[in-house]
Amino acid sequence: MPIEAYRIDDRLVHGQVVVGWGQPLALGFIVLVDDQVAESAWEQDLYRMGVPPEMHVHFESVAGALARLPAYRLLPSPGLLLAGSTATMRALVEGDPAITHVHVGGLHHRAGRSPRLRYVFLDAAEEADLRAIGARGVKVSAQDVPGADPVPLDDLLTRSGG
Amino acid sequence: MSEGPRAIVAAHGDLAEGLVSAVSRVAGAAAASRLMPFSNATLGGAELVDALRQAVSSTGAQVVFTDLPAGSCTVAARRIARESAGLAVVCGANLPMLLSFVMASSGGPETWRTAVQKGQAAMCVAEEGVRAD
Repeated sequence: MPIEAYRIDDRLVHGQVVVGWGQPLALGFIVLVDDQVAESAWEQDLYRMGVPPEMHVHFESVAGALARLPAYRLLPSPGLLLAGSTATMRALVEGDPAITHVHVGGLHHRAGRSPRLRYVFLDAAEEADLRAIGARGVKVSAQDVPGADPVPLDDLLTRSGG
Repeated sequence: MSEGPRAIVAAHGDLAEGLVSAVSRVAGAAAASRLMPFSNATLGGAELVDALRQAVSSTGAQVVFTDLPAGSCTVAARRIARESAGLAVVCGANLPMLLSFVMASSGGPETWRTAVQKGQAAMCVAEEGVRAD
């Protein structure tokens, strides 16, 4: 089965991912790509908590994900790849041409970020990352939950409302 | 006379405000003042931890009630509990649970353990009007 979604979300595993996307896509696994989490057993336990037992969470560094994404794509159940930052997703896209679509599921308010959507706040470096991802022919959009209309990258970057 | 919050109720959207509002309607404003509502709206993972840590610190709360085990509020609360001795995290908050907590005469672990039992016991299915087929 293909990986159904490649999501950028600074909350990583949370309700929208497990319930909002997990149930309609019948996700069998999540690949969480974060160099720090990949090295911390406690962090991994934290993110595993609350995930239903039938949904496996694989923790990967960027390098590990790039090495094993082809194998994950051969798993029999649908999966979702989750990155906590635009920089992480950009590194994945640059290393794996099989990624054809990315959605921004949540980049929330913090100092230096400007509001684009209720759930998307971006700083200049993050905008540059998303543009670079899009420039490689990857379809980039913002979408928090499956029932929401995706907002294309060009539209997203012209918005100024939270 | 109000004694200030004993607990934080941390949840998605407006749920925490709604739960605390409901506690106030059922048990009175003084009882509801033992709970501080907290929403995860617009906050990223790190910012959520900072804001919740500030709420716990400013109130001296010993427990954080959260809504969803896999939710960002629970993840944030568990991070704070790891660094703060004596802070408990209770997942799956509902109105009977919170009512039990605020109506208790004192705080402490027995208070939230009993509240969890009340919250679980209050869940039921009434199917008198449902046909068997």
